Amino acid sequence: MDAAHQRANLRGDLQIVANMVEPGSRLLDVGCGDGALLDYLIHEKGVDGRGVELSMQGVNACVSHGLSVIQGDADTDLDDYPDGAFDYVVLSQTLQATRAPRDVLGNMLRIGRRAIVSFPNFGHWRVRVSLMFGGRMPVTNALPHHWFDSPNIHSCTIKDFIQLCAEMGIGIERSVALNHRGARRRIRSNVALANLAGEQAVFLLARAVPGENESI
Amino acid sequence: MTAPPDQSAATLANGPGSGTSTRLGLTEPLRLDCGVEFSDFPVAYQTYGQLNADKSNAVLICHALSLDQYVGNTHPDTGKPGWWEMVVGPGKLLDSNRYFIICVNILGGCMGTIGPKEINPDTGKPWGLEFPVITVADMVRAQALLLDHLEIEQLFCVIGGSLGGMQVLEWAALYPERVRTAVPIAAAPYHSAQNIAFHEVGRQAIMADPDWRGGNYLTEGTNPNRGLAIARMVAHITYLSEPALHNKFGRRLQDRDAVSFGFDADFQVESYLRHQGSTFVDRFDANSYLYITRAMDYFDLAERYGGVLAEAFLGSETRFCVISFTSDWLYPTSESRRIVHALNAAAANVSFAEIESDKGHDAFLLEEPEFWSVLAGFLDGARENFGLDFGNGA
Repeated sequence: MDAAHQRANLRGDLQIVANMVEPGSRLLDVGCGDGALLDYLIHEKGVDGRGVELSMQGVNACVSHGLSVIQGDADTDLDDYPDGAFDYVVLSQTLQATRAPRDVLGNMLRIGRRAIVSFPNFGHWRVRVSLMFGGRMPVTNALPHHWFDSPNIHSCTIKDFIQLCAEMGIGIERSVALNHRGARRRIRSNVALANLAGEQAVFLLARAVPGENESI
Repeated sequence: MTAPPDQSAATLANGPGSGTSTRLGLTEPLRLDCGVEFSDFPVAYQTYGQLNADKSNAVLICHALSLDQYVGNTHPDTGKPGWWEMVVGPGKLLDSNRYFIICVNILGGCMGTIGPKEINPDTGKPWGLEFPVITVADMVRAQALLLDHLEIEQLFCVIGGSLGGMQVLEWAALYPERVRTAVPIAAAPYHSAQNIAFHEVGRQAIMADPDWRGGNYLTEGTNPNRGLAIARMVAHITYLSEPALHNKFGRRLQDRDAVSFGFDADFQVESYLRHQGSTFVDRFDANSYLYITRAMDYFDLAERYGGVLAEAFLGSETRFCVISFTSDWLYPTSESRRIVHALNAAAANVSFAEIESDKGHDAFLLEEPEFWSVLAGFLDGARENFGLDFGNGA
């Protein structure tokens, strides 16, 4: 891995996540994959970063590159961490593959002061078109799997996610949608449009503080 | 950091594979968990490489049950390569051009450090069963005394597999400020009932040998070779895996075309185990085997901390790298995961990798490129994080 090259070419949604992180903070990246985001944050933003990754290959690649990563799973391995251990807990492109997304979100905001969640938007127009006119489960860039081999057992739309945050009393500090070309749009400026045009969504969440939540 | 190297450190740094012995507990005795105190006792160790000026490049390798301090050079008794010579030496993963590597014969051992075969100064005879029962923590406290003697305040890394991994965990718990990185490999936070059970079979085999003589074989001029060999045979099975045994031996016969309808070593696996047993007795002391297995059985790190393992690591600034192997059923991945969970609960900095291998527990001693690449990456990352540069090893 050419680390410098990789840092300069961080995937679009990961770059948005990275932009939401304050320099020098403590961060846990859940589902950190090959560690590209962690590597970027540690070297470019001086973050004290740790990772959790399900696949053995991913973990071993991360540790081989000097990252502090453990083999584990968002559903079962967040329980151990003490309250408030991190400034941020990141979950990129993984929420929809967890068994209990609600519990995972709750745990993230227990162990972190803030959480950053990105997921493929099931409300994206291509998904809707595929179901409405094709009559088939969608296979798109953001959702590349067939129904029978998809790890995504809890897909949601941007609206669904906002609804869940409201129910759980989670504050949304920032929210960004990316279309299929990677163009960004603030979700709160027009939720319905973001939910249609956004292929991916990234949310910066905070523990609920009454009266301080951004209203959408 | 402390002052530049003194004379004792300088005399040690005389090239790769220096073997030496020193006497510790001179000013203050070593207090064992059982209450006994050792003062003025011998500790034997090997060093590789040179301690740097600010004494920041020391690496302590903790050895396993049946191994010793000859980690990176030829064993003086067996003539075999050091037990981790593939990893330790100039230009290797644990590069002696870069690190000052120390490996200490553990307390209770039989290669120069005080143990049951050494002479008890009170009686002038070998200690035998009068040697006090020791613990893994005692082994680590003795090593800490050696570091004091070498005037090394802090270790860049403490690393070891199996019993060595248990020592690493004790190091991190007892002396967190002296340990920058800790690498427990194929280890566990306590000895399980199954672990204890296998050890008990080994001990009973030794004690059932009439030549053991109640532990006094050294003074009576015998040696419990059969008992110790059986103990080694049982233990050796636990270090391998079913696939490893199958691949290596299957049901193949030893130097014959058909079974003998007798109890000779018909099968290759029998012949192999007999060989393992018979070579072990030439280099290992039976009473040492009893004492060290006992220390392992007594190991339960959480016990001192009210049963909460995480308490052992609370506030630790050590960077941990926990490594396990898929086919290790003696100290399985689930035990390493227990360590990782406790470290997470203590908000410690931890990496954890499980390495795919069919070689069983012994995998940590064998050629496992993925294991080595994980280990090398972890050490590189730690050096970078601590801003340490020990040179490029050239």
